[in-house]
Amino acid sequence: MKPSVAKLIETKREIISEDWLKKVEEVRREHHLENISDHVYTNTNKEFVEIILNAVGQGQESCDEQLSGFTERLIQLGWPLSYLTRGLQTFRKVILDTLFEDQEGKGDFEIYYEVESWVDEIVNTLVNEYSGSWENTVFLQKMALKELSAPLIPVFEHISVMPLIGTIDTERAKLIMENLLNGVIEHRSQVVLIDITGVPVVDTMVANHIIQASEAVRLVGADCILVGIRPEIAQTIVNLGIDLSKFPTKSTLKKGIASALEMTQKKIVKIEN
Amino acid sequence: MSQTCVEVRSEWSIVAARQAGRTIAKEVGFGSVDQARITTAISELARNIYLYAKVGEICIEKVVEANKVGVKVSASDNGPGIKDLRRVMEDGYTTSGGLGAGLPGVKRLMDEFLIDSKEGEGTKIHAVKWLR
Ligand SMILES: Nc1ncnc2c1ncn2[C@@H]1O[C@H](COP(=O)(O)OP(=O)(O)OP(=O)(O)O)[C@@H](O)[C@H]1O
Ligand SMILES: [Mg+2]
Repeated sequence: MKPSVAKLIETKREIISEDWLKKVEEVRREHHLENISDHVYTNTNKEFVEIILNAVGQGQESCDEQLSGFTERLIQLGWPLSYLTRGLQTFRKVILDTLFEDQEGKGDFEIYYEVESWVDEIVNTLVNEYSGSWENTVFLQKMALKELSAPLIPVFEHISVMPLIGTIDTERAKLIMENLLNGVIEHRSQVVLIDITGVPVVDTMVANHIIQASEAVRLVGADCILVGIRPEIAQTIVNLGIDLSKFPTKSTLKKGIASALEMTQKKIVKIEN
Repeated sequence: MSQTCVEVRSEWSIVAARQAGRTIAKEVGFGSVDQARITTAISELARNIYLYAKVGEICIEKVVEANKVGVKVSASDNGPGIKDLRRVMEDGYTTSGGLGAGLPGVKRLMDEFLIDSKEGEGTKIHAVKWLR
């Protein structure tokens, strides 16, 4: 920033900061940040205005560092980005109003330009920090979802269950197939139960994937039983004209386990004493 | 009458269209079996758009006629269109290694079914389910 402009801002520092803290109250109401305690709110705002104004004296680099640390904390506290960008817009307005108050400064293009590019720089830093954190969060959630998405659980010797919950898209359909085949071999399963109780919609694509997966399971030497077909799903499958007659099905997981035990010559007995 | 439209351009918009359909079906008063039928029909139409036309739109609305109410699902796209309409309505006809059950399935899931398509121009499908 041009030294002349920086000096001008420096002399008006108190007024600018006070004025901004007052005006930013409106932004707070708009963003439903009332539930944050007054104490935290005031301190955060004070810190924010300090960091921004320090940039004038110290130059962009050391400000960037402080700003990153500050933004990181706000992200963790869950403050919306729009609050910061709105706050900065207010800030720009306050600063230009204050600087142009003096007759001689009025309409000074240089001041206007310097302030604009300075505020833009800060907005860029903030947006980068926020979007970086979102990308990171989305990535982590995607990984977590992937791990949850199609687990094969060995429940008894040679019997495994794959409970499916939620929507099945192409990526998940691929995982179902992979996990089934790998799991069957790893656990030496003879019977695999696929439980679709938690699948909201069974359309032709889902049905097709389940049929293919069970055929693949048969090729590696195990049997597949489809369980958890809710009555309304049974009807839509019939309406779609999908033939599941070749396909072993059971209405509930419990009944499926019972036939799996039978198929593997097992029996659960109650211990008498 | 209010209408909800969902632009289809990703797999997730198929889910969004389904959810919109389920909400309206519930509001109109459909039971769980018909809700499942309507949502499944939407799923088929939306997935066909996604697979064959890439982009398009699914609109869902409540319809009132004389003394009956229902839900109308409209799917439209400006994709490649369908050359032989009779064939795609046959069970098992597919160009993508699917089951070929989607379109004939939608016709059976719903009460009214209308398809209009021109090669090179796009496809429009209307399907209605009446509350009984
Ligand atoms: N919107 C569309 N635009 C162009 N072609 C379409 C469209 N919808 C369907 N088709 C054509 O009609 C064929 C039959 O569609 P249908 O939905 O009945 O079966 P499918 O999509 O091939 O398999 P699935 O059983 O998984 O739905 C498709 O293979 C495709 O060639
Ligand atoms: Mg289809």
